[in-house]
Amino acid sequence: MIEVNQITKKYGSYLAVDSVSFQVEKGEILGFLGPNGAGKSTTMKMLSCFITPTSGTASIVGKDILKDPLAVRQNIGYLPESAPSYQNMTVSEFLNFVASIRGFDDREKENRIEGIIGVTSLEEARYQTIDTLSKGYKQRVGFAQALLHDPPVLILDEPTDGLDPNQKREVRNLIKQMSREKAIILSTHILEEMEAVCTRAIIIDRGKIVANGSPADLLKESNMHNVVTMKTKSSPDQSLNDLLVELPGVAGAETEESGDGLFLTRIKPENKADILSEVKSLLSDKKVDIEEIYREKGFMDEVFWNLTHGGRN
Amino acid sequence: MTQVKALIKRELMAYFYSPVAYVFIVIFLLSTVGTTFFLGNFFESNQAGLEIFFLFHPWLFLFLIPAVGMGLWSEERNSGTIELLFTLPVTMLQAVISKFIAGWIFIGIALLLTFPMVLTVWYLGDPDNGIIFTSYLGSFLMAGAYLAITCMTSALSRNQVISFILSVIICFFLVLLGWGVFTNILSQAFPVWLVDVLSSFSFSTHFKSISRGIIDSRDLIFFLSIICGGLLINAVILDAKKAN
Ligand SMILES: Nc1ncnc2c1ncn2[C@@H]1O[C@H](COP(=O)(O)OP(=O)(O)O)[C@@H](O)[C@H]1O
Ligand SMILES: [Mg+2]
Repeated sequence: MIEVNQITKKYGSYLAVDSVSFQVEKGEILGFLGPNGAGKSTTMKMLSCFITPTSGTASIVGKDILKDPLAVRQNIGYLPESAPSYQNMTVSEFLNFVASIRGFDDREKENRIEGIIGVTSLEEARYQTIDTLSKGYKQRVGFAQALLHDPPVLILDEPTDGLDPNQKREVRNLIKQMSREKAIILSTHILEEMEAVCTRAIIIDRGKIVANGSPADLLKESNMHNVVTMKTKSSPDQSLNDLLVELPGVAGAETEESGDGLFLTRIKPENKADILSEVKSLLSDKKVDIEEIYREKGFMDEVFWNLTHGGRN
Repeated sequence: MTQVKALIKRELMAYFYSPVAYVFIVIFLLSTVGTTFFLGNFFESNQAGLEIFFLFHPWLFLFLIPAVGMGLWSEERNSGTIELLFTLPVTMLQAVISKFIAGWIFIGIALLLTFPMVLTVWYLGDPDNGIIFTSYLGSFLMAGAYLAITCMTSALSRNQVISFILSVIICFFLVLLGWGVFTNILSQAFPVWLVDVLSSFSFSTHFKSISRGIIDSRDLIFFLSIICGGLLINAVILDAKKAN
C-alpha cells in the first residue's frame, strides 16, 4: 500500500533524507526509528505531501505523491509531530471542520464524529476548547482528526511522545487494533515501543536506512543474541567453567554477581549459534543446581547503538 | 468549494472567538468616525455627504487592515497547524483564497457597521446615494488590496509584528505615491508623465477616483490586480516557506 522509491530531501546543501526506499503492506505496522535529526519526520512529511522531495517519489495506495497529492491526502491519516490543532476551537468544532474539509455531508459528519470520539475516548472533552486540554487529550484530538475518514494508510509521527505510561499503553492498543485493515507507519525513538507494537522496523540514521526487518530480526544483530544466561546460588567453580567453554560451539563464559544474591553466568556461543540444549544437558549431567537459565534474545538498545552511533566513532 | 466554505468558516470563527476582534471593530468605528468629526470638521463643512468620512480611509487602513491580516499565515506557521492544513485535501490556492476572503468579510462587517454615518447624512440633508455607494465599494476594494498585501507579508514571517510592520511599509508607500502633497514634491524633481505613472500605482489615486461616484474599469482592474498579485505572491512565498 505504501511504496517509497529513492526518496531524497535536501535542505539547502544539507541532505536530510538520502535515497530512502521501502514498502509497507496492509496489516503491517512499520516502526520508523532513528536518533533525533535522523530524517524520520522529513520522510513522513514527504509521504503526507506536506513537502515535496528533492528527488525520488512514493506512492500511497497506487497514487503518486508528486502527480496526485490530493488523492494521496484523501487516503492518508496523518498525525504530525506534537499533534498541532486549532487551539481556540472546541474538540467538536475542530473535528467538524476536518470533516467538512474531508467533504462529508451533515449526516455522515455527525456519524463519523460520534464514532471517532468514542474510539479515542474524547467524550468528556468534547465541548472544551483544545488549548485547555492536557497533552494526552490533545494527542487524542490529533488521532481523532487522522482517523476520521477511516483512511487505508496511517502516518503517525511520534504518536506517544509526551504521554504518561497509561496513555502510551492506550495509544499502542489503539494502533494495534486498527492495524489489520491498514498500513501504518509510526516513528518513535522509544525502542520498547517499537518492540511492543511494530511488525517491522526501519532504522534510519543521518538520512539513510541502516536496518530494515522485524524486531526479532534486528535482535539477531545484537552481540548478546543467543547468549545463554544462567543464575546460580553459588559461583560456578573453575572446572565447570572449563567444561562449559569446551562444549562445541561455545566461545566463552563469564560470571558476575547479579545483585540479587545470585551469580550470573553468561555463556557466549560462537557465531550466535543456539547452544541452550547443549549447555542444559551438561548442567544436568553435572547435577549443577541452577535457579534460572534462558537464551538471550539480544538487546535492542545495543543494536540501535551499533547501527546509529558506534559507526560514527 | 466545500473546502473553501469550511476554511472561510473556520477563519471567521477564529476571528470572532477572540476578544481582539471586538476590540478591533470598536477601534475601527471610533477611528473612522472620530477622524470625520474631529480632524475633518464634519459639522462645519456644511455638507450632507460622506466625502470627509472616506477621505481618511487610505490612512486609517494603513494600520487597521494589517492588524486584521497579520496573523492569517504567521499564526498557522507559528503553531504548526500549517502542517495539518496542507496535509488535508486542500490546495494551496483554496487555502490562500479562503484566508483572504475570510479577512475581507471581517473587514466588510466592520465597514457595514459604520452605517450610522449614512443615517446621519440622510438625516442632515439630501446626499448623493450613488456617491455613497461607490465610496463604500471603493473603500472595500481598497481594503481588499491592503489585505492581500498583508496576507503576503503574513506568509513571510512567523512573527505577526514583523508581518504587520512590513505590510504597513508597503501600503504606506502605495498610499504616498498618490498623496497630493507628495506628488507635488515629486513633480518638482521629475517630469509630469513620470509622476502620473507613479501615482497611477497608488491606492489613493484610484480610491479618490471611485469615490467621485463613477466606477471606472481602470480602478476596478487596479484593485483586483493588486489583490490577485498579492495572493499569488502569497502562495509562492508560502510554498517556499511553509516547512521552515
Ligand atoms: N525546514 C528545515 N530546514 C532545514 N533543515 C531542516 C528542516 N527540517 C528539518 N531539518 C533538518 O533535517 C534533519 C532531519 O530532521 P527530522 O526529519 O525532523 O529528524 P527526526 O524527525 O528524525 O528527528 C535535521 O538535521 C534537521 O535539523
Ligand atoms: Mg521528528
